[in-house]
Amino acid sequence: MLTIALSKGRICKEAVSLLARADIHLLEDPERSRRLSIATSHPGVRILVLRAQDVPTFVEHGAADLGVTGKDVLLERDGAGYYEPVDLEIARCRLVFAEPIEAVSSFSRSRLAMPRVATKYIRTTRRFFAERGVQAEIIRLYGSMEIAPAAGLADGIVDLVESGKTLAANGLEVREVIASITSRLIVNKAAMKFRRRQVEDIVEGIARAVAVPAANDDALEYRSPIEQASP
Amino acid sequence: MNPTRERWLLPEGMEELVPPHSLVLERVRRDLLDHFSRWGFDLVTPPFIEYLESLLTGAGEDLDLQTFKLIDQLNGRMMGVRADMTPQVARIDARRLRRDHPVRLCYAGTVLHALPDGLSGTRSPFQAGAEIYGHAGIESDCEVICSMLEFLAKIGIGTLHLCIGHVGIFRHLARNAGLDPRKEAALHEVLQRKATAEADRLLDRWGVDAKWAKAIVALIDEARVLDADALDAVPTKPFISPDSPLSDCGEVIESAFFDLDRLVRAIHARYPEIEVQIDLADLRGYRYHTGTVFAAFVAGYGREVARGGRYDEIGGVFGRSRAATGFSMDLKVLVSLLADDIGEGRSMVKAVQVPWSDDPEVHDAIASLRDKGERVVRCLPGESPEPGARLLVRRGDGAWEIVDGIDGIDDPVEESERAKTLGSSPEATKGSQG
Repeated sequence: MLTIALSKGRICKEAVSLLARADIHLLEDPERSRRLSIATSHPGVRILVLRAQDVPTFVEHGAADLGVTGKDVLLERDGAGYYEPVDLEIARCRLVFAEPIEAVSSFSRSRLAMPRVATKYIRTTRRFFAERGVQAEIIRLYGSMEIAPAAGLADGIVDLVESGKTLAANGLEVREVIASITSRLIVNKAAMKFRRRQVEDIVEGIARAVAVPAANDDALEYRSPIEQASP
Repeated sequence: MNPTRERWLLPEGMEELVPPHSLVLERVRRDLLDHFSRWGFDLVTPPFIEYLESLLTGAGEDLDLQTFKLIDQLNGRMMGVRADMTPQVARIDARRLRRDHPVRLCYAGTVLHALPDGLSGTRSPFQAGAEIYGHAGIESDCEVICSMLEFLAKIGIGTLHLCIGHVGIFRHLARNAGLDPRKEAALHEVLQRKATAEADRLLDRWGVDAKWAKAIVALIDEARVLDADALDAVPTKPFISPDSPLSDCGEVIESAFFDLDRLVRAIHARYPEIEVQIDLADLRGYRYHTGTVFAAFVAGYGREVARGGRYDEIGGVFGRSRAATGFSMDLKVLVSLLADDIGEGRSMVKAVQVPWSDDPEVHDAIASLRDKGERVVRCLPGESPEPGARLLVRRGDGAWEIVDGIDGIDDPVEESERAKTLGSSPEATKGSQG
């Protein structure tokens, strides 16, 4: 039995549809079910639904053999504990540094004052500023980063941006794109070595599904036994 | 917060072992050193602390970050607590032994890491390993790998998997692709994760020539398992197929492949049951390695349990460049994998418990039991033998005998003998029966 860990939320829906195209159909809708471990149509595969940040931890320790999570999460880790063979090209967005519209850039002020940056991406933010030769004070937040500059907590934020609407609504604009983000398939190293055939089958199936995007197949995302039974 | 309440907490990543784990560790250590001795390796004991200059020589930035530092109060020089014993052993070979023929050395001891390991979280691994100095051929690589595999197979740690790579191949390709050390390091990190798409994008962004870019990405795809069929096939297939992007990349790479081919076949011939994989992208610790690198995996553990490789240049900084190859492992990792199986059965030898007595005959009986290797506990006054303990009993003819406390409770003969158990107190009798 192989276990695939999926990230809750944004990524989940797209990942489920990708799995469906690789002929792994979830038997329950993870967004409606309260169960965190979900069986699939594939007899040798089950799904765990986890917080995105926990997916690499489960995979590193072998509690899950494969995982789907955002590159933003993986950038926060040293990446030594797993393989990252497939860019799933789903949940596309950008990790950006944003500041209030028309504010003087933190970089140009950085000689005078240490910029304060609110983010949940501590490591990536520190690296981003360090590469530009700037020492930044990083304030760790768990959500609603966009309010931090207006509230006077920080000069700017580092966060994921999809459309940019939330930024605009809070008077922020993108100053620099740190990375373009997609979801990745990660694989436990031992699983890749000791259950090679099974793991490779699934990795290749998913890679094929990524290469050939199907038409709108929302209906195929999962097959609940009830829906299958009803006409 | 009450400071006294948390005073007993250990620093992060420092762990202490208690039975059975501590006993399993010691057993593994002894077995390993005996094993090395039988393979002709001589034990060396490098110091726990050295001056930084010698401790970090030739080993790269990673080791510097991993090393705890302190000042020598005698002269103000900076010292480091060893984070890896391999450079120390290389120094011993180069400066102390100064022999011209091959030297085989082994070692075992605690090292300290400034940063916790990602998977086990430890900062105090128990490192043990073996190195061969002064031989540059594939045979010495084969010898250390076989010594590693034989030991891991012997302690029964589960299905083994050997992964072999060659840092020379990646280095050569990176040099031809015109990558500076920074780019090389970034690319190396990507290859470790087998992130093909990411490697493609990086090489494209750097404008690397297509021939070398393709060859570098091919390092990931060339990871393959060599099964017995492929290795036993006669005539042998060429190691790298003519249409691979790696087939026409110069002599350095051809000779590396030639070496790998010979090495894999030699190992397969000696350990046909162990699966061998060639993985040209798996180059952990490649900074001081110069040739073949290898790692042993066991089922269910996401990291290698032992690893090593060739590092021919490290002795040079000590004034004596010597060919070198070897491997090391963290015995605490082995313990965590073994302890569940061995548990108390193998490691906790059941003691013979003897109630306190001043009788010289009892002293003699106990001494002779200990000579035979028995574990004998003299219960102190007031201490009663544990339920189920093995007890020392004097038979009718005056000879001493060990009786199992729990077995034979329904056996009337044993029952009557138990009554004669040395100085048996009522509690002890009750305890042993309950």
